[in-house]
Amino acid sequence: MATPATVHSHAPQGFIRKYIFSLDHKVIGLQYFFLALTAVFVGMFLSLLMRIHLIWPTAALPLVGEIKPETYLALLTMHGTIMVFFVLTTAPQGGFGNYVLPIQIGAPDMAFPVLNMLSFWTTFLGFIVIIAAFFVSGGAPLHGWTGYAPLSAVQSAGPGEGLGADLWITSIAIFCVASLMGALNFITTTLDLRAKGMTMMRMPLTVWSWFITAILGLLAFGVLLSAGILLLMDRNLGTSFYVPLIVVNGQVMGHKGGSPLLWQHLFWFFGHPEVYIAILPGMGVASQVLSTFSRKPIFGYKAMVYAMLSIGFFGFMVWGHHMFMSGMSPYSAFAFSILTMCIGVPSAIKTFNWLGTMYKARIRFKTPMLYAIGFVSLFVSGGLSGPFLAQPVLDIQLHDTYFVVGHFHLIMGVAAIFGIFAATHYWFPKMFGRMMNETMGTIHFFITLAGTYAIFMPMHYLGMAGQTRRYSQFTEVAYQTKLLPLQTFMTYAAFITIAAQFLFVINLFWSMFKGPKASDNPWEATTLEWTTTTPPPHDNFGGKTPVVHHGPYEYGVPGAPKDYIMQTDPPTDAGHSDTK
Amino acid sequence: MATYTPSTPIDHYGHGHKPPAPPTPGGGDDGRNGDAPNYGARLRRARLGLVCGIATVGMVFVSLTSAYIFRRGLPTFDGSLNSYVRDWGEVQLPWVLLGINTAILLISSLTMEFARRQAARQAALAPLKSIPGVSLGDERSLPWLGITVLLGFGFLAGQWLAWGELHNRGFFVSTNPSSSFAFLLTIAHALHLAGGIVALLWAATTSLLQRPVEARRIVVDITAWYWHFMAVLWIYIFALLGLAR
Repeated sequence: MATPATVHSHAPQGFIRKYIFSLDHKVIGLQYFFLALTAVFVGMFLSLLMRIHLIWPTAALPLVGEIKPETYLALLTMHGTIMVFFVLTTAPQGGFGNYVLPIQIGAPDMAFPVLNMLSFWTTFLGFIVIIAAFFVSGGAPLHGWTGYAPLSAVQSAGPGEGLGADLWITSIAIFCVASLMGALNFITTTLDLRAKGMTMMRMPLTVWSWFITAILGLLAFGVLLSAGILLLMDRNLGTSFYVPLIVVNGQVMGHKGGSPLLWQHLFWFFGHPEVYIAILPGMGVASQVLSTFSRKPIFGYKAMVYAMLSIGFFGFMVWGHHMFMSGMSPYSAFAFSILTMCIGVPSAIKTFNWLGTMYKARIRFKTPMLYAIGFVSLFVSGGLSGPFLAQPVLDIQLHDTYFVVGHFHLIMGVAAIFGIFAATHYWFPKMFGRMMNETMGTIHFFITLAGTYAIFMPMHYLGMAGQTRRYSQFTEVAYQTKLLPLQTFMTYAAFITIAAQFLFVINLFWSMFKGPKASDNPWEATTLEWTTTTPPPHDNFGGKTPVVHHGPYEYGVPGAPKDYIMQTDPPTDAGHSDTK
Repeated sequence: MATYTPSTPIDHYGHGHKPPAPPTPGGGDDGRNGDAPNYGARLRRARLGLVCGIATVGMVFVSLTSAYIFRRGLPTFDGSLNSYVRDWGEVQLPWVLLGINTAILLISSLTMEFARRQAARQAALAPLKSIPGVSLGDERSLPWLGITVLLGFGFLAGQWLAWGELHNRGFFVSTNPSSSFAFLLTIAHALHLAGGIVALLWAATTSLLQRPVEARRIVVDITAWYWHFMAVLWIYIFALLGLAR
């Protein structure tokens, strides 16, 4: 088995070993990042088609022609699946986690580099398989990213539920295996490869967030894998795990006695932790960036760590709040409701601490900081509707409306994406040795922030007005038709916001080759990645072994010659130390 | 990096207002030992990775168990009787054959443990052998690794016979929920065990490839713990299928 000791001593030669089947965590991190970048544009394109169709239902669109209801559902399914798995799970953890975590703990690579490479290429295979679902007979599946049975479990349930759905499940299963390999690697690396002096409580909050996310992934993806295997068996081997006695198109199916609720339990036991898998790395990045650009220690480091741990812990106990509509016992619903609202406590602690970090600070409003502030804003806006939905009586009213769509897009989608933007702008100089353009970044930030609010805030009002989600057209019901002007507004906002994303891509690629050269520590930050050269050498520290003497956020220390003390700065007699 | 002398009281310093904690080693092998790999650190790391892997496999079977219990207790509506009935069925498992398979697996776990200890001993003695004039004599012991592989194949062959016997008795994957789970759990376990056999074959190949005995020891060690886990998992599945019919 290749381990760091054997693989990084000598940098590999040749294009294929260096850039394609690389064992270097930095290259693998970038591979994940660019895979997610590709996936996000596919997912965004699908959402654009949906938004256009909602306000011009009869318009023929490029590539897809006229969108039928089943096409709309296929777009919806693929948008959700690609975004959740191949963007929100892939970029923050696979991309930035892979690139930055080993450097931040002072390691030369991940614990198992070969497994790391396999993990990426397995994810890539999963992406190819899910994209293939578009091109097979019947097209992509209709059952939404949550894949509810029996629609997902019966081949003849609709166009796309044949081979397309098989490919969808297979892709998810492949993704699970890849994520499990990745999670195993992250946990082992964090526990076993920390540099001398890097105690757990000296780890940057980014490392904590990737570590906790990996634990969640390790425990959650196995459950989804099991659920997917049962689903494949129901679809292809005639078993009845999820499918009851059912008639499809006048034909009695061979199944008997299965329960669609079994799928929901298994899926959401994975699905709710998955929300935190998407958002926790964003929390870590926001903490890192807010502290760095506020030039202040993060407010309440320990509280931040324990808040993330408790969010992860509670994340496994609240899956039932996705199933209030399933007719569950009111007692169960009550328990799930209370536990869900408990998550508000650590979330509030985190928000308070972010604001506390910025309070009375000499903030440097660079683009990473803007996105981190945007993250906090979106986290609050999206999070506050959570306690509404956590209450069964309100959820029954709001569950199948746009309220839920607005809620999870703000908190899980856009907030996490802002975490990715913050991370990209923050670590770009380290990754590519050049600076991104601040002006373009700032313009992109403001358009995207305003645009996402313009798209997703009105959804809450639509939901409260009773506009149903997953419908492909709103022209048949009078009260729904009256809400169309707001849908039209949202579609125009989507046009502008999506157009602005090209600004980000131009900035990214232009800066990669033409941006001004970055110094080793352009943000005057304290963590280990800024102690090494830009970009880092193959073994991260050029043969040196970092020794850590300080906590991760020692900014504005009175008496210090600079306003920051790097983690590797020598200890002094002064008695300052780690974050205790 | 430059050091400095603070001009402010100590308790205004840093976050913790505490004296500096002495640097403590976070990991062991920092991976920068050049051509002298630290096998002890590698072994610890591999074991840690294995614990994570076992947690994952454990979650797969825990979720399948919860599905098993859920589905077993689920009543289904029978239109002809106009009432809810239990459609679980009961698969007639070939208990004798499965018992023999269980015995084979447990014996293989024992031989695997002998192989693990043998590999550990060889790895520990390897440095001594390189000292000129030191001879440890020929160590004579059974080829435990090979015996374990044979027993592993024996277990898989036995499971194959058990599946055939189930077919003979009229139980297929889709016959009833009970048979679906019986096939699912036993096949899922067999696939995981087959992964263990692949790892053992890899360990055997490393000696042919003249890899260091310490490297081989790591593969044998983690495969052994995995193999023991497979034995425990099989006992669990056996008990589940027997007790919650």
